[in-house]
Amino acid sequence: MKIHEYQAKELLRKHGVVTPRGYACFSVDEAVEAARKIGGSAWVVKAQIHAGGRGKGGGVKLAKSLDEVKSHAARILGMQLKTHQTGPEGQKVRRLLVEEGADIRKELYVGMVVDRGSQRVVLMASSEGGMDIEEVAATSPEKIHRVTVDPAQGLTDKDAAEIARRIGVPEKGIAQARDCLKGLYKVFDETDASLAEINPLIVTGDDRVIALDAKMNFDDNALFRHPEIMAMRDLDEEDPAEIEASKNDLSYISLDGNIGCLVNGAGLAMATMDIIKLYGGSPANFLDVGGGASTEKVTEAFKIMLRNPKLEAILVNIFGGIMKCDVIAEGVVAAAREVKLKVPLVVRLEGTNVELGKKILAESKLPIISAANMADAAEKVVKATRGA
Amino acid sequence: MSVSILIDRNTRVVTQGITGKTGQFHTKMCKEYANGGNCFVAGVTPKKGGQSYEGIPIFDTVKEAKQATGATVSVIYVPPPFAAAAIDEAVDAGLELVICITEGIPVRDMIRTRYRMHGSKTRLIGPNCPGVITPDEIKIGIMPGHVHKKGPVGVVSRSGTLTYEAVGQLMELGLGQSTCVGIGGDPVNGLKHADVLRMFNDDPATEAVVMVGEIGGTNEEEAARWVKANMKKPVVGFIAGVTAPPGKRMGHAGAIISGGKGTAEEKLAVMEECGIKVTRNPAEMGKLLKTVLR
Repeated sequence: MKIHEYQAKELLRKHGVVTPRGYACFSVDEAVEAARKIGGSAWVVKAQIHAGGRGKGGGVKLAKSLDEVKSHAARILGMQLKTHQTGPEGQKVRRLLVEEGADIRKELYVGMVVDRGSQRVVLMASSEGGMDIEEVAATSPEKIHRVTVDPAQGLTDKDAAEIARRIGVPEKGIAQARDCLKGLYKVFDETDASLAEINPLIVTGDDRVIALDAKMNFDDNALFRHPEIMAMRDLDEEDPAEIEASKNDLSYISLDGNIGCLVNGAGLAMATMDIIKLYGGSPANFLDVGGGASTEKVTEAFKIMLRNPKLEAILVNIFGGIMKCDVIAEGVVAAAREVKLKVPLVVRLEGTNVELGKKILAESKLPIISAANMADAAEKVVKATRGA
Repeated sequence: MSVSILIDRNTRVVTQGITGKTGQFHTKMCKEYANGGNCFVAGVTPKKGGQSYEGIPIFDTVKEAKQATGATVSVIYVPPPFAAAAIDEAVDAGLELVICITEGIPVRDMIRTRYRMHGSKTRLIGPNCPGVITPDEIKIGIMPGHVHKKGPVGVVSRSGTLTYEAVGQLMELGLGQSTCVGIGGDPVNGLKHADVLRMFNDDPATEAVVMVGEIGGTNEEEAARWVKANMKKPVVGFIAGVTAPPGKRMGHAGAIISGGKGTAEEKLAVMEECGIKVTRNPAEMGKLLKTVLR
């Protein structure tokens, strides 16, 4: 799960990380009021969407007067902000963060992720702040410093201070940078985060260390023990089809093709997308119905796929193990009837009770195209979208 | 002579979480498969010691189950919030192998559990895996037993149904399996592809291996390098997720391309460089294996 910058900053502040003073705003009036409360003579108006690259897309503006705060807020709120992470249609801005302006001397990067190789949390830090860490990794990997955190000890004072020095925090700011890094680890660990980034972490003219931007993602599997994080979920930022699917315990990801796929198992679902592409088609989605798919679940899955206006055909690919092919066949028939299916449907069944499953499909009298194996299924569904 | 890896007809298994719905269902299926009736000797559910399920005695703790029945392997169906602690218990009891089926364990719990396992002899498979099967001898996990039969091909995979697909294709060609190992789809887990390949390399019953991977992490690349340096038997491979978009978790917690890393193309390229024959067509895993069998 992702959260907004202002929410990540709230979490960081609770753990002793210094951030600019600021307020989340939902209207232009609130933005002006926030700037007035903050005081001073410079403010930053920042679009709050989950995608990165907001500055380049025109979603972050510096204001030198309250009038400018007002005009920036009016322009940014409600805009379709396009960044390299939003896709071509962009994301509508519904929230703003208004903050005090900062005196930036240096921009640094610090972030934490789970490293699969060492099976530990890793702190990454770089003197090259303000740009994508992937870019730094590609162009100057020697500028990225890493500390693997021992889960029993946590991030130590020594490691935190050392890495702060390495990325160029001046001596006067070391104590504060150390506390910032320790706070970052603490919040990462306590909230079951999967990613926590401060980019940039700035050093000010008077050697203070401040988190100018923040990003946090969380382990979906751990949300059950973090109601406070769950409360930060913003459904406006998520794909409506994916929300609907998650309510029905289906794993669904929207893609930009025209062939819907309904598969049991994540690996097989990915392989099904791959084989559609291999045969010249384009998958409309990833959909794993899981191990215990009932008729209701299959029907829901069909409804979600059919909401996609681009959908031109559906491929059902099931390897029945514990899930029996006759049960899934009944589900497919019931779902196709209930939704009055208009697009071609190709079904490939294999595994437990496969003959019974095929019989149910044949006897349904529905125009279901039966496939003998995965390759046959892919070929037939691609052909179906070409009207052949 | 060993005719499989990890488990065989003489393995004695304790089921952790035997009284839950999933634990009950799969314990029954496993008990009915091949020599399962002799293999599944104990169950564990705290506070239910003294009861039994399908004739299998239930104990409060893994330690007691091990002492009373001689079980050396455990399989875990405990719900996600408690599953890592169940692994810890099995490790502390000194079992040889722990197979964790549970999907949805928080990563932080697994980091701590793996940290505790340093220096331990216990091997972990999973979590979020279908389990392990040595066909016609024993199955431990949730895979359909009847689609397998004994033979010369080892299978190692991060996914469940895609493994069954690979097995189904082998069976079409009349090729049985020595052992099939599902290592699971989580980012922090036990045995990796390379660990299982090493066992297949040493197993006289295995003549060739199908390695099925997916996007995320660098597990397959490391395995490929190990194969290049050490493997005496042919290995063929497939990686799922060539079409997966970056930054999206594709069902499995570990199946995500992050920071441009862990793409299928990258993995396939390294595997090919290391002498593994790969296919980009998931319908041709079986056929490809057949071409390398000596």
